[in-house]
Amino acid sequence: MKTQQFILIKTLCSQYNIDISFVDSLNKIGLIEIEIINQNQFIHQDQISDLEKMIRLHHELNVNIEGIDIVFNLLEKERALRNELNTLKNRLRLYEND
Amino acid sequence: MTFLDYYKILGVSKTATEKEIKSAYRKLARKYHPDLNPDNKEAEKKFKEINEANEVLSNPENRKKYDQYGKDWKHAEEFEKAKQQQASQNKYSRQGFKSEGHSEQDFSDFFESMFGGARYSSRQSSSTKFKGQDFNAELHLNLKDVYESHQQILTVNNNKIRLTIPAGVENGQVIKIKGKGGKGINGGPNGDLFIKFKISNHTQFKRAGNNLYANVDLDLYTSILGGEINIDTFKGKVKLKIKPETQNQTKVKLKGKGFPVYKQEGKFGDLIITFNIKLPTNLNAKEIALFKELQKLR
Repeated sequence: MKTQQFILIKTLCSQYNIDISFVDSLNKIGLIEIEIINQNQFIHQDQISDLEKMIRLHHELNVNIEGIDIVFNLLEKERALRNELNTLKNRLRLYEND
Repeated sequence: MTFLDYYKILGVSKTATEKEIKSAYRKLARKYHPDLNPDNKEAEKKFKEINEANEVLSNPENRKKYDQYGKDWKHAEEFEKAKQQQASQNKYSRQGFKSEGHSEQDFSDFFESMFGGARYSSRQSSSTKFKGQDFNAELHLNLKDVYESHQQILTVNNNKIRLTIPAGVENGQVIKIKGKGGKGINGGPNGDLFIKFKISNHTQFKRAGNNLYANVDLDLYTSILGGEINIDTFKGKVKLKIKPETQNQTKVKLKGKGFPVYKQEGKFGDLIITFNIKLPTNLNAKEIALFKELQKLR
């Protein structure tokens, strides 16, 4: 496990002006995964983009933690449906212009 | 430059209180926020408008200025005076906070003219590090281009990016290139570049996932008696044995002659051939006689 791919939660909280309890709550609900390395809490850099989205939803739209969970689940469903639609559109082309 | 009616955008009256403006903004922001509407350019545009409207109307000083000059937009002379005056008084830096989905650069010309492009933020401090804006781009390719992995140099926002396009990429597929989006703010990480592939197909093959489909004409005699024909695959010609008494619309699967499987080197889909049996036309007298003889035998 490369530690350089992990970002210290404390640093992150100070950079984004967020309370550590917010990150803890996201972790508890399973929206992010916190890694403990040498008794310090870290987050993998791949999760930063999602975390930023969660911060924006919370601060800009006043969405609470449960709301964020619902939003992320629905967005995931929407993404899967869009992919399926794309695959189906590509398959439909087989029967077009015949 | 189009005049934007910020009150109309937020759906509030000109006498709306700060609370009403805030509430209208929140409601619309929840509907059109880019995080909730991925890949929706209409929603993105709308969000920028409501964000801009809120920036102006939620600030009493700006609202006053907008009320004074905004509605008289058509009176250019007056507006120009206001603009000049505003330019000399403008103390705001253009380097405000920026985050994904609503960046300063996306504010309208109208806003830039009225308020000098400044972005006001009450929540974030100027030292806050932010990831740069994500960029979206479309790359148009032909089906032949994605049969083999190749490198291509793209120019995105004047930056040259060397991109390896993996064989088997799908039409509509999006790939993310980390750190090639907008520059991070205050030392934050760069945004990402999302490239959507638009693949046009001008070949005789139709593609569905990793499989290719093609129609092949077969003459009557080969379809009845069997034989060997040369058919085109994506990689070149191959010989194909035809079984005697092959029926019209028979499908034959050529394993591994389809399209490469995305990011699985050496793995290919199948090529599915559908035979179209072509009956002879313009028969001469001898051919007709022979067909009649055949008919008698059945």
